[in-house]
Amino acid sequence: MSALVVARQPTSPAERLKDAAASALIALLLGIPMIGLTTVDQGGALRVATRWPALLAFVAVCFAGRLLLRYASDVLRARRLARETAAEATAGARPAAGGALLTGIGWAALAVALLLPIAFSDNRYVVDTATTVLIYVMLGWGLNVVVGLAGLLDLGYVAFYAVGAYTYGLLSTQLGWGFWQALPVAGAMAAAFGIILGWPTLRLRGDYLAIVTLGFGEIIRVILVNWTELSGGPNGITSIPRPSFFGLPFKPPGDAPTFASFFGLEYSPNQRLIFLYYLILGLALLTNVFVSRMRRLPVGRAWEAMREDEIACKAMGINARNVKLSAFALGAMLGGFAGVFFAARQGFISPESFTFNESAIILAIVVLGGMGSQLGVVLASLVLVLLPELGRDFAEYRMLLFGAAMILIMIWKPGGILAHREPTLRHHRPGGGR
Amino acid sequence: MALALQQLINGLTLGAVYGLIAIGYTMVYGIIGMINFAHGDIYMVSAFIAVTVFTLLAGFGISSIPLSLLLVLLVAVLFTSVYGWTVERIAYRPLRGSTRLAPLISAIGMSIFLQNMVQLTQGARVKPIPPVLVGGIDLLTIDGFTVRLAYSQILIVIVTIALMAAFTWLIGSTSFGRQQRSCEQDRTMTALLGINVDRTISLTFMLGAALAAVAGVMVTVYYGVVDFFIGFVAGIKAFTAAVLGGIGSLPGAMLGGLLIGLIEAFWAAYLSAEYKDVATFSILILVLMFRPSGLLGRPEVEKV
Repeated sequence: MSALVVARQPTSPAERLKDAAASALIALLLGIPMIGLTTVDQGGALRVATRWPALLAFVAVCFAGRLLLRYASDVLRARRLARETAAEATAGARPAAGGALLTGIGWAALAVALLLPIAFSDNRYVVDTATTVLIYVMLGWGLNVVVGLAGLLDLGYVAFYAVGAYTYGLLSTQLGWGFWQALPVAGAMAAAFGIILGWPTLRLRGDYLAIVTLGFGEIIRVILVNWTELSGGPNGITSIPRPSFFGLPFKPPGDAPTFASFFGLEYSPNQRLIFLYYLILGLALLTNVFVSRMRRLPVGRAWEAMREDEIACKAMGINARNVKLSAFALGAMLGGFAGVFFAARQGFISPESFTFNESAIILAIVVLGGMGSQLGVVLASLVLVLLPELGRDFAEYRMLLFGAAMILIMIWKPGGILAHREPTLRHHRPGGGR
Repeated sequence: MALALQQLINGLTLGAVYGLIAIGYTMVYGIIGMINFAHGDIYMVSAFIAVTVFTLLAGFGISSIPLSLLLVLLVAVLFTSVYGWTVERIAYRPLRGSTRLAPLISAIGMSIFLQNMVQLTQGARVKPIPPVLVGGIDLLTIDGFTVRLAYSQILIVIVTIALMAAFTWLIGSTSFGRQQRSCEQDRTMTALLGINVDRTISLTFMLGAALAAVAGVMVTVYYGVVDFFIGFVAGIKAFTAAVLGGIGSLPGAMLGGLLIGLIEAFWAAYLSAEYKDVATFSILILVLMFRPSGLLGRPEVEKV
């Protein structure tokens, strides 16, 4: 298809103006029914309200934005052309200086994460928010295996998260299982769901998988809402036991030994919070190490190869379905683990927590962070969790911004902010000749 | 028996609406080989436009039902097509020739954006409008159960049949239809023959959006309520319809839509209303498992 692309000439100011005017016209047409007009409820009946100033502002922004965009893209293109001609004389591989820097940032982030609860030991809010960030990091890393490494678009990832959470919720409240007993079972359960779903659909094209996972996420939610005997329906499962420190509960001193009394500490409710923080940090780090080791194994390399060219992989004798299925099941299992932690931390779960929005947020984290990049996921989770904390306005516009950001990132930097499309292993050192 | 007949009528009505949306999926898939994830939200946007225009017309004192229906249809189709064009221009065109995953993700982003945009600008609450088309025909009564054919149901079926006829003609016998079909077969060759491929793809998106707009207006007339989330489930169901009928095939989309509508209506009446969505999604998975090319589709061969 790209054979027919003709290099665009730099545009004249008049052309840019015309182009921007066309954008403004489109913006006007888009804006009239949605921004210019709205219906408000007035005494039981609807009434049309107008917002012309907002519409005018929207159109003006589109006009100016388009004008600037065209100007900027022309300037950038001219510069790039100049640079490319200059670079052709001194042709050579670009040094891979970014790698060392990123590794450094990664270790620094780890140090910050380890020290954070010590520095903020009496600030509940900070530790709690950091725990939320880490849950998303873990989910992001799990989904990254599926989307970033294997290139399979999973739009119902939250279903596996829900399976993990409900498995722990049911096992603990019905059978009295502990956190550590339930963790592997819930992970296996989520992986099993991944296999059941992936088996029929993974041999199909990526688009089908996307919509099937979307439907599956919805099925799980509908079942959780309606199967009241099992899941408690819309009310969910309450009083899920919190995890204990190797059998020592986090409670005010009583008859049985507690965490505080065993270590001779003074009891404080923050101890459990900090323990939960380290727990999810440990789980997340384990995930990270596990996934980065998996990437070096033949199966991990097959994931990345499959992402780049499935037909070539099949021709090389790789069993496409099994390779995809392993990525899908592994991602589901990691989601299940995160779900167990979520249930244990909240002590309460309901279908409300597992809507499509949640899937969209996790996908946004992976996409914005850079598909395949572990550090990118951390940065994206930080931004996406902290942004709504900044204020109510941000919280309201959060999903809108996510959606817009997903489109823009795909257009400008399809690999994500920290693109990691480099293969994990290569035969020759980069820049070391071919 | 009476219940079955009633559900047959309801199912066909519902199926006509799904079929209209499914045609949008099928056409876009046919021409660019991708699913338009924002299509369900385009339908939702149209339903909101319909609510606004109905309210506006009532405010102007226009009470003639045919006139107001025609006006609402016109306005909704016009504005919604612009939305369809914009979706293609922003989320698909810049990514032509990119990786497989990129347009999927940008389309998902577009879907999330549209949904939240409508929620923010039009409000998150359900919007009810006063019934537009009331009344119906009582067909027959068996054991005290009256089978009723509402006027709105007649309207939906007639509009759908008319649109289907117009569409078959448009794709089959017009210049645009030939361009559209040739783009489906080979875009590079079509471009070499002097046909504006970008324009054809844009028009395809607009036509799909126009049909979704009609579906949105019909649903608004039929149910009388809309909210910003209706596009999500309707989108998945219409997609299921497109897959069931064989994606890429226009009659298939309509057939799939009718089947999904019927299955849903009978499932809700005889098995359980809560799990009717689960039934649809299960059909999707089963079709993909056993007959991925659908009822009327051609098997797809991927070429290098």
